Amino acid sequence: MTATQAAAPPATQEEAKVLLDFKDVEMTFPNGTVALSGVDLTVREGEFVTVVGPSGCGKSTLLRIASGLESSSHGTVSIATSRIGYVFQDATLLPWRNVRANVELLAELRKASRAVRSQKAMEAIDLVGLKGFEEHLPRQLSGGMKMRASLARSLTLDPELFLFDEPFGALDEITRERLNDQLLRIFAERRFAGLFITHSVSEAVYLSTKVVVMSGRPGAIVRTFDVPFPIPRDPDIRFTPEFAALVGDVSHALREGHH
Amino acid sequence: MSATINPEKAPTGTASGPSGPPIKRTMPAVRARRPRPAIWVPPMLVFLVLLGLWYAVSYLVLDEKRRFLMPPPDQVVTKGFLDPDVLGEILASLGQTAAVALAGLAAAIVIGMAWGIAMSQARWIERSLFPYAVILQCIPILALVPLIGFWFGFDFFSRTVVCVMIALFPVVSNTLFGLQSADRSQLELFRLQNASRWTVLTKLQLPAALPAVFAGMRISAGLAVVGAIVGDFFFRRGTPGIGSLISNYQSRVESAELFAAIITASLFGVVIFWLFGSISKFVVGAWYDVDAR
Repeated sequence: MTATQAAAPPATQEEAKVLLDFKDVEMTFPNGTVALSGVDLTVREGEFVTVVGPSGCGKSTLLRIASGLESSSHGTVSIATSRIGYVFQDATLLPWRNVRANVELLAELRKASRAVRSQKAMEAIDLVGLKGFEEHLPRQLSGGMKMRASLARSLTLDPELFLFDEPFGALDEITRERLNDQLLRIFAERRFAGLFITHSVSEAVYLSTKVVVMSGRPGAIVRTFDVPFPIPRDPDIRFTPEFAALVGDVSHALREGHH
Repeated sequence: MSATINPEKAPTGTASGPSGPPIKRTMPAVRARRPRPAIWVPPMLVFLVLLGLWYAVSYLVLDEKRRFLMPPPDQVVTKGFLDPDVLGEILASLGQTAAVALAGLAAAIVIGMAWGIAMSQARWIERSLFPYAVILQCIPILALVPLIGFWFGFDFFSRTVVCVMIALFPVVSNTLFGLQSADRSQLELFRLQNASRWTVLTKLQLPAALPAVFAGMRISAGLAVVGAIVGDFFFRRGTPGIGSLISNYQSRVESAELFAAIITASLFGVVIFWLFGSISKFVVGAWYDVDAR
């Protein structure tokens, strides 16, 4: 993998900065399994790209390569920022730290001063709506609140590129929708470049500006859909025929790609 | 709890049904009241049964000439615990043994944790050192004790060495296990910020290891008391410990006093065991939801 630090110069005036660029990326594990093959993917500032696909199609691997946790075996991966937020499948809070200390962790690991740390943490806690729970330990929080604390922790980095590995997969439908709305609001405010992994088609369509459908074995991109709905997005958009039609199209593409 | 009850009461899914709040209020009260007798009654019953068995052996199995083999509990109390001379002797020697046990336990914790931490740092260190932890655990320490006397003399230091050898293994293995128990995703969280090995150890692995480390310390605490008493038996120089006292009573066939000394030694072990349990609950208890199984 070659991580070139230089941002690609915008071709036209309107084109936003490219933060993540995969070119012909391939990933073969030591045991010979081909997890990804010929993946081309670009995520720009202000774009929220969601990857949907069946389990085991390599979508998590895609994200791990983007974060630098793993290296691709072939192809080029360019990342134009060092401010990368990563939200894991589970909240990964440290049980011995209260919400505030958990949210401060990343800034602490980056050796930020105490004042900066607590300032950033307060802002982030406020942004995810956890104000008043700063002193709570993780075990005192519900699953949704833990996930929000985890989100706040990543927000303290002011990420330009935000990676989400099925963060709401374990939550119930109601909590999940609420968190989707919250994430959309944060996205509307911060306009980072988002790459979101999920296996829920409606979540994918609702959250993103672009939906990428993957098929498994080897993981490859089958189709890409642009989502035309404006941001900030009205929650009721989920009940419109246009939304349903797009969900239907994505679902069909998923089924066709899944042999 | 209310989540599983309410849907039955309010099939529409509205959580604020009129029957909701009373259920919420009564459930914790019932739960809080129940444990009190439940915790103490069963062990007390077992204690009474054991006491009855003891009396039965003393009075029904053994005739008067052989009753010294198992003097009845009341004699143990009157001749042992209520005789100020005997009690003073027992407590003084217990103090000596306790000093050895605590010194041994402290050394075992320091050495054991260092050993465990070293092994957690690299696979090859673990592979090189773990077999010796197992071997240490399997050595018949009793067979080595005379040698330890030759090497280190027959007083406090040797007693402590025996104590450490017996108490070391649980700390080593539990520290290693605990350090390796940190989640993969938590480790990756630190890795993504390029955290140093030291930072990962102090901010993630050690706190994550604490429950296991405390569990190991608790086992080691009991073993340290055993080790100190074993040391007393062999190393008679210096102030006698409770082990020497036990062997004195034994040779004088003062069985009531012997029982009193043994019970005192066991109680001391129980107290240390309980103490570490409480410290563990105090430190770690708040982090994890004990009720949620």
